[in-house]
Amino acid sequence: MNNQDVVIQLTVNNHPGVMSHITGLFTRRAFNLEGILCGRLGNGKISRIYLLVKKDQRLDQIIKQLEKLYDVSEVLVCEDYNHKIFDDIHKLIRSDDVKK
Amino acid sequence: MQYTGGEIIVKLLENEGITKVCGIPGGANLPLYDALSKSDKIEHILARHEQGGGFIAQGIARATGKVGVCLATSGPGVTNLLTAIADAKLDSVPLVAITGQVSSSFLGTDAFQEVDTCGLAIPITKHNFFVRSVEELLHIIPEAFRVAESGRPGPVLVDIPRDVQMAKMEVLEWPKKKENSPLIENKKIEPVNMEDIAKIAEVINRAKRPILYIGGGILQANAHEELYKFAKKNNIPVASTLMGLGSYPSDDDLYLGMLGMHGAPHTNIILNETDLLIALGVRFDDRATGNITKFCPNATVIHVDIDPAELNKNKIAQYTLAGDLKEVLEKLFPLLSADDRQNWIDEITKIKNENPLYMPRKKGFYHPLNFIKEVGDMLDPETIITTDVGQHQMWVAQAYPFKKPRKLLTSGGLGTMGFGLPVAIGAALANPDKKVICISGDGSFLMNIQELATLAELNLNITVIILNNGCLGMVRQQQELFFNKNYVASKFKSNPDFASIANAFGVKGYDFTNVKEANELLRGILSTSAPSVINVPIDDRENVLPIVPPGAANYQMIGGKIIE
Repeated sequence: MNNQDVVIQLTVNNHPGVMSHITGLFTRRAFNLEGILCGRLGNGKISRIYLLVKKDQRLDQIIKQLEKLYDVSEVLVCEDYNHKIFDDIHKLIRSDDVKK
Repeated sequence: MQYTGGEIIVKLLENEGITKVCGIPGGANLPLYDALSKSDKIEHILARHEQGGGFIAQGIARATGKVGVCLATSGPGVTNLLTAIADAKLDSVPLVAITGQVSSSFLGTDAFQEVDTCGLAIPITKHNFFVRSVEELLHIIPEAFRVAESGRPGPVLVDIPRDVQMAKMEVLEWPKKKENSPLIENKKIEPVNMEDIAKIAEVINRAKRPILYIGGGILQANAHEELYKFAKKNNIPVASTLMGLGSYPSDDDLYLGMLGMHGAPHTNIILNETDLLIALGVRFDDRATGNITKFCPNATVIHVDIDPAELNKNKIAQYTLAGDLKEVLEKLFPLLSADDRQNWIDEITKIKNENPLYMPRKKGFYHPLNFIKEVGDMLDPETIITTDVGQHQMWVAQAYPFKKPRKLLTSGGLGTMGFGLPVAIGAALANPDKKVICISGDGSFLMNIQELATLAELNLNITVIILNNGCLGMVRQQQELFFNKNYVASKFKSNPDFASIANAFGVKGYDFTNVKEANELLRGILSTSAPSVINVPIDDRENVLPIVPPGAANYQMIGGKIIE
């Protein structure tokens, strides 16, 4: 539980390269990225990406830069998000549960 | 009818109205070149290095405002092109780069001349496309043009594997040239809100000491006439960034000159006094603002730009508006009150007279500022000037009398040495009726000197003037001022004979070393239309002044007042 973070919800075109455009933006603009969740939506033509980022004065700039990306069709900021999702990922990573 | 991928690309370029493309062929784009040879609408300009090719395309784009197109093969063709693409990104130049890629079956195998083109292009393009099938071309090529020219323009790269260029498909109907495609519709600029306009007009009308701070956005929006009417009606003085030079006539009373690191002393002092900064088509770049926390400390800020991400990026503005500048200025104009602002104008006149830009009249013809002024007086305002990067670039910005937009083509954001000659070639190709002058330095000119071969081949109306001080002058200057005169790696121990080199390339070369009546000789050379290169010796101790030291506020410039 941490209210210094927010989650950015992105709706993006689902094709190879979209993820590198998004992570590339974070590198290029020297933004921090604390976590990523990603998956296909519906027919697979679009995907949903959740980015866990620090809530600071750069957030506004991050949002505006994400909105400019060609393959990004929607950007939403969720201040009130389910912390469990990212906490569970951290647990998953630590526990090696993905390995069968 | 059946078309190959290459033929489809060429046809789609024709549909975009493209008449010139520039580049170099190689293994991975040969199918495209084969198709290009059959076009009677598109002329191919063969560069001698892909970076030169990219900059020639940029020259076409910067001089016209329309998309420039360049081609390169995979691997080194792409990596050579990257500098020109990054340069286009930072100065918002519409460019479409079409690159060949190894065939799909070889992708990811480290095949000969394979490089991750899209991966390399991500941080330096507005967008990039990888074409997976011949069918996708019909959508992607027109889309690339829309992205490059819409909103804030920028470079777009399209990477096309060799097999996609060779694959055939039946095309019954060609896509129509659309203003906006569905995919980029959600990036559309919102129409300007009249409430915002009214609020901004009121703030301007109320202000006592307003200043217009203008940049490249004015010429991108083609809003220079609206700007002139706007400034004149309310008598607001105009300071310009490097990229904005020419958007406001330099001989007008309201014009303050360039601001920033090498701006005129009075310009930076006046900006320190303003109570309302009206920032139009600018991005508060560090070379323009100096120490941003000390930039216009007493001013309310209005910021208008087509790119919403520029608003509140470097400097918090009290009034922001994302929109097309031409439209914004048109809508503001009727709400603006006519005002002579006599007190403010009087104060500015006083500051101007007390803090003029250093013009060393006594130092004669070969002082770079005098020389550039002299060149400016000999040429008509339609002449296009390109520069390289360094001291000569700043001297041009300070002394050349620009009166019209798109007459100074210079690398502002990336600051790329080697920019001047190929961009001059592109500008001349797009303006066969105009003279183009490339003002360069001996350091910069060597960085794309191979394009003299392209120039000789095309026989364009270009004169290159090399202000030759035998060193990397801007580096030397900063070493003198900020590194205790420790001149490391800035002095050339040997330098070529530039006039002879030009002659060897088939371009007329002149050397002004030991020439006394240079004024008449220069006039004679500039009155001809054959390509030429002039080597002009200058004193290597000359500095660009004033200069704002790193981290300082603009008003804390060094060399504001010089005693001759």
